[in-house]
Parts: sequence; C-alpha cells; structure tokens
Amino acid sequence: MNSLQAVTPTYMALPYRGTVGMACLIAAESAIFTIFVVAYLFYVGKSVTGPTPREVLETPIFYTICLLSSSLTIHLATRLLRRGSQIGFLAFWFTTIVLGGLFIFGTAQEWHRLIYRDGLTISTNLFGTTYYSLVGLHGFHVCAGLLMLIIVLLLSLAGRVGRSELSRIDVLSMYWHFVDVIWIVVFTVVYVIGR
Amino acid sequence: MSSDAMAIRGAAAVYRPWVETLHEWLTTVDHKRLGILYILYALLFLFIGGIEAMIMRIQLLRAHNDFISPQVFNRMFTMHGTTMIFFVAMPILFGFANYLVPLMIGAPDMAFPRLNAFSFWLTAFGGFLLYFSFVGGSGLYGAGNAPDVGWWAYAPLTSRAFSPGHSSDYWTISLLVSGFGSVATAINLFATIVCMRCPGMKLSRMPLFAWLTMVMSGMVLLAITPLSAAQIMLLIDRYLGGHFFDTQAGGSATIWMHFFWIFGHPEVYILIIPCFAFISEIVPVFSRKPIFGYPVMVGATICIGFVSVSVWAHHMFTIGMNSYANSFFVLTTMAVGVPTGIKIFNWIGTMWGGKLQFRTPMLFSIGFLFQFLIAGLTGFMLGTAPLDWQLGGSYFVVAHFHYVIVGGILFALFGAFYYWFPKITGRMLSEGLGKLHFWLFLIGFHLTFDFMHIPGFLGMPRRIYTYEPGRGWEIWNLISTVGAFVQAIAILVFVFNLVISYFWGKEAGNDPWDGWTLEWSTSSPPPSYNFLKIPSVASRRPLWDLKHPEDPDCNYE
Repeated sequence: MNSLQAVTPTYMALPYRGTVGMACLIAAESAIFTIFVVAYLFYVGKSVTGPTPREVLETPIFYTICLLSSSLTIHLATRLLRRGSQIGFLAFWFTTIVLGGLFIFGTAQEWHRLIYRDGLTISTNLFGTTYYSLVGLHGFHVCAGLLMLIIVLLLSLAGRVGRSELSRIDVLSMYWHFVDVIWIVVFTVVYVIGR
Repeated sequence: MSSDAMAIRGAAAVYRPWVETLHEWLTTVDHKRLGILYILYALLFLFIGGIEAMIMRIQLLRAHNDFISPQVFNRMFTMHGTTMIFFVAMPILFGFANYLVPLMIGAPDMAFPRLNAFSFWLTAFGGFLLYFSFVGGSGLYGAGNAPDVGWWAYAPLTSRAFSPGHSSDYWTISLLVSGFGSVATAINLFATIVCMRCPGMKLSRMPLFAWLTMVMSGMVLLAITPLSAAQIMLLIDRYLGGHFFDTQAGGSATIWMHFFWIFGHPEVYILIIPCFAFISEIVPVFSRKPIFGYPVMVGATICIGFVSVSVWAHHMFTIGMNSYANSFFVLTTMAVGVPTGIKIFNWIGTMWGGKLQFRTPMLFSIGFLFQFLIAGLTGFMLGTAPLDWQLGGSYFVVAHFHYVIVGGILFALFGAFYYWFPKITGRMLSEGLGKLHFWLFLIGFHLTFDFMHIPGFLGMPRRIYTYEPGRGWEIWNLISTVGAFVQAIAILVFVFNLVISYFWGKEAGNDPWDGWTLEWSTSSPPPSYNFLKIPSVASRRPLWDLKHPEDPDCNYE
C-alpha cells in the first residue's frame, strides 16, 4: 500500500472546516428564516381582529443602528486580534456585546409595550402570531450569539484567546454578521413592508 | 499492512467486560461506529415499520375485514410513513455516508466527530420519542395514543380541536429533534468533503459517492429546515394559541401544505441521491469499467438538486391552484426527469460492453435501474396535472411512491449492504442466501406494488381502512397482501444472512470485489483513523493505478 503514498501529492489548500461548517449552518438557518418571512408576508393584512401593525408598531431606529454597528465593532475586534493587539480586541469585543445587549433590551421594551399597553400577544391575531415568532426567532439567535460572545470575552479575560484562536473567532464573527443581515431582512419585512 | 491489520483484529479479540464495550459504543465519536449505530438503529425501525405495513395489508386483505379498527388503521399508516422516511431511510443513508465518506476521500474521521455523535443521538431519541407516543400520547384526555394525522399532517387535522391529547405533539417534536440531527449531519458531511480530502483528491477526482453525498447534504440544509420551521409554527399554534394554520382566525391550511411539500419533495431526492451514489460505485466495479460520463453525472446530480426544490406543488394539484401555478409545476416536474434520465443512460453506458459480473450487489443494482425507471414513468403520469386530478389520492399514488422507495431506494440499499458488508465486518455475506433474498424480494415487490396500481385506476382511495365488495378491488388487494408476505420472508432471509455471515461468513480480505476506491485499500474492518498513513491519489481510481502501474488512469484524466 505504500505506493499510494508514492504518488507525488498535489498541494491543495483546503478551507478551514469551521468556516465551511458555519457557512452550511448559515444556509440552513436562512431556509428557516425564509419560511418565517414568507409566512409573515403571506399573512400581512389577513388578521381578522386588531390591533394592526400600523396602529401599534414603532420603528426601532436606534436599536437597529446599535445592532448593525456591532457588525463593524466585531470586525474591528478580529482585525485587532490578527494584529496582536489584545487590549484593542477586548475593547471592541466588549463594545459588540454592549451593542447586542442594547438591541435585546430594545426588543424587550417593545414587547413589554405591545403586551401591556396595546394588548397584543402571540394569540391575539395573525399579526401577533407572525410578529412574535419572526422577531422572536431573530431575537433568539441574537441571544445565542451574545452567549457565545460572552464566553469568548470571559476566556480572553482569562488570557486564553490569542492569535491561535483567530480562525475560531472568525467563525463566530461570521455568525454575528449573519444575525445582523437577517435583522435587515426582518426589519424591512416587519417595519417597512408590513406596515 | 496485513500484519498491522492482523494486530488490530487481534487486539479486538482480547476479552473485555461487556460494560466497557457498551460504554465505548455509547460514547463513541468514531465515524465508523456511528455509521454502524445509524444502520442498526434504522434496521430496528425498518422492522417496526414493516410490521405496521403488514398490519395494514392484512386489514385490506378482503372487503369488510375487521382485523383492526379504523382508528388503529389511521395510526398505522401515519406511523408507518413517518417511521420509514425519518427513522429508516434517512438514518440508514446517513449511516452509510458516515461510514464511507471519510474512507473514500482518505480522511481519518469526519470534520466534527463530536457533532457527529450528537446528531446520531438526536436522531435516535427523536425516533424513541415518536414511539413513546403509544404510551404518553393520550395525555389527560384519553384521546387516542399514537399520531393519526397522516405523515404529512395536513391542517386542520393537527389543530387542538381535531387532535386532542399529545399524539400530534410527539409527532411534531420527534421530527423537529431528528430534523436538527439531520441538519447537523449534513453540515458535518459537507464540511468533511470540502475540508478533509487527502492529498491529490481534487473535487474532479472524488468518487461519485462523495460528490453525490455532498449534493445530498446541501439539499438537507435547504429542505429539512423548512419542515423544522413549519413544525415550530405548528407548536406555536398548539401550545401558545397561535393562528398560523387556524382558518377560523384568518390562517391558511394551504400554506401548511406548501411548507410541508417544500420539504417533502426535495426529501425524495435527498433519499434517492445517496442511492444513485451506491449505484454509481457498484455498477462500474461489477462491469469492470470506469463510470461512463463522470463529469456529466456530477452535473446531472447538481441539476437535480436545483430543479427538485421547485417542483413541490405537484403534490398539490388536487387542491385547486390557478392554471399558471399548475403549468409551472408540471413543467418543472418534467424538467427534473431530464438529468435523472441522463444518469440512467450513464449507468447503462457503464454496463455497455463491460464484463458484467452478476454478484448480489449487481443484481440489486440492476433491479434498481429497472424499477426506478418505471417509478419515474408513473411519476410523469402523476406529474401531469389533468391525470393527477384523476389519480391523486388514490392507490395509484401509493403504488408509485412505493415503487420509488422500495423498488428504488430499498433495492439500492440492499445492493450497498452486500457490497460494503465485507468492508464493515471483514466477512462476506453469503452469495446463495443473497440471491435467494434478491429473487424472493423481487417477486414479492412486484406482486405487491405492480398490482397496487390497478385498484388506483379503479378508484380505490388511499388511507381507507376497508372497502365495499364488488368494486373489482378485492383480487388486487389480495395479491398485494400476498406479495407483502413474500417481501417479509425475503427480509427475514436478509436478516438471517446478516447474522450468520457476521459470525461464520467467509473472510473478506481488504479488497474482495477488486474495487478501485480508497476504502478497499485499508483493512476490513478499517483500523481506528482508517489509514495507517494518509494516502495520496492521482486519479479517480487510485487502486486501479496501484494495481496497474503500467497503465494508470492518471495518464488519461
């Protein structure tokens, strides 16, 4: 069998498995979100009773800016880590978590207002059902991302994150960018088209 | 090499307490062991699903039979369908892919071994959850146990009003859980094929098995997830009072059908593409010729992958869509036949002029080719909207998709069992019993499913628990039931063969079929981490190059 090694190996630069795995996960998640977005769009204006989106929804501009700019900060964080700046990485990573946390806080506030002021729950009407499930599904992904970001933050405070972990950090930041891109879609569907 | 292989087999023979062995199997992250676990698990469910099928066939044996009640009949066809698709076909194909892909691309293991174990256990517990419904399904209502809403669970059957208790919830959650398992496995297989190939294994040199598994994984990512999304919506409806599929509150029952079939039709291709992969490995070896039209095969598979995600509503012609939608889905359905036809021609082209060896794997492959072609032709009939209005929801449909699943998928799977069993266990399956299995199963299959088309034409609807005498359906149902018993006997022959060959079969050696792909270069069964040294390859048939240094393939590719 040694002659199987005797063949001159062709050099192949194969991609990092984490990157490919995350790309696959993003493809799969996109399909899930697509179905929820289709359901949302299909049911726009089909609620039999109120409240309607026009009556109760307010566009969360500030929190959207927070989430979208967190994409920039996580990008800067990984770039600084690649250059070997531990402090810079920590600072921007922490900022990313704060921005993501602000976004979730915004969602929580909005839901609280919708439930207690406007009386809109997931079982009130079709709008409630589709709204809470789509925004909730996205919020769930943000929370999962935040959890992973916090774990990395704790590990790096313990001095366990260096340049050797860069490729894994990159995979996590891919996920975070995906969550942000999904928000652009959800935002457009819920707050622009859906109203 | 051989002495190393001996040493490894010898090491396995040392006596160890069974608890330790069990612990090793339960905590394993080795792709070969997980592959075997998947396959054994699927065989268990094949047995259970088969018993459910037999119960239904006995009930339909004659008119006005009262072997089981209508309620039990509903549970039987729901459980039979769900079990066979999600807990037999999917895990068994994942099992083979798990076992073979790293071996074929010269990798020591999958890209994410622990994720691999996690996916297997998700799938396994999904299946147990489904069957736990027999115990836990009635809930506080005493409202019947196992799910009885059919395997596609159309709304509003699944709403609280029509499905009290927890039976539908067991169905939903078990599919959700096993769906996550499938997605994780697909991610794993895809990453393995992209990132773990051995030196020289360019994409253009990969065995077709790896190529087709990659396409299948891509389809799992995009097609299983819509089902998961729909199941989440159904859970929201049932537990949080949502209205997705609640027609009283403006929801739509049709959209559940769309979501289900956006998953449901690609699922057929997810199941059949690995079978194409088996055939693409088996037919060349037993024709003693390289596969005909390798690049075209790859292209056709990718083409099937793309087209098959746009044909789903041909399952829904009878709900009354508009004529544009009907025409679109008729045309795409016709279009998907083109790449499939190309593949069939290529397999025949491979056999053409070859030195055919009619060993058991080859017999099953030829059975596959013939029956899959017929299944495709009845598929064309059902894919034509006007004819579907006549035949939709009848036994013709049942006969058609069993032709695909039993005549196509199961035959290819049996071929794969006979072909790779020597690699997995180190022993050959008995050829004599194998041929008996093949002929019995072939006869039983044709008795059951050929004649099942006819009551469909005569108007017998599917999913009825009994029928009136004097409609001309009795004789065909009788023949189908007889055929089902012949198939059951054939399966028993197969299981008997598996057991006796595992203990007393002929020693296989590394390469019993004179194969060409990398799995035959290592010992049978392969050692941990598969290869003593990671191989490197220069053509699509590395073992041919090795055995024929005077005329290697790499000179021509």
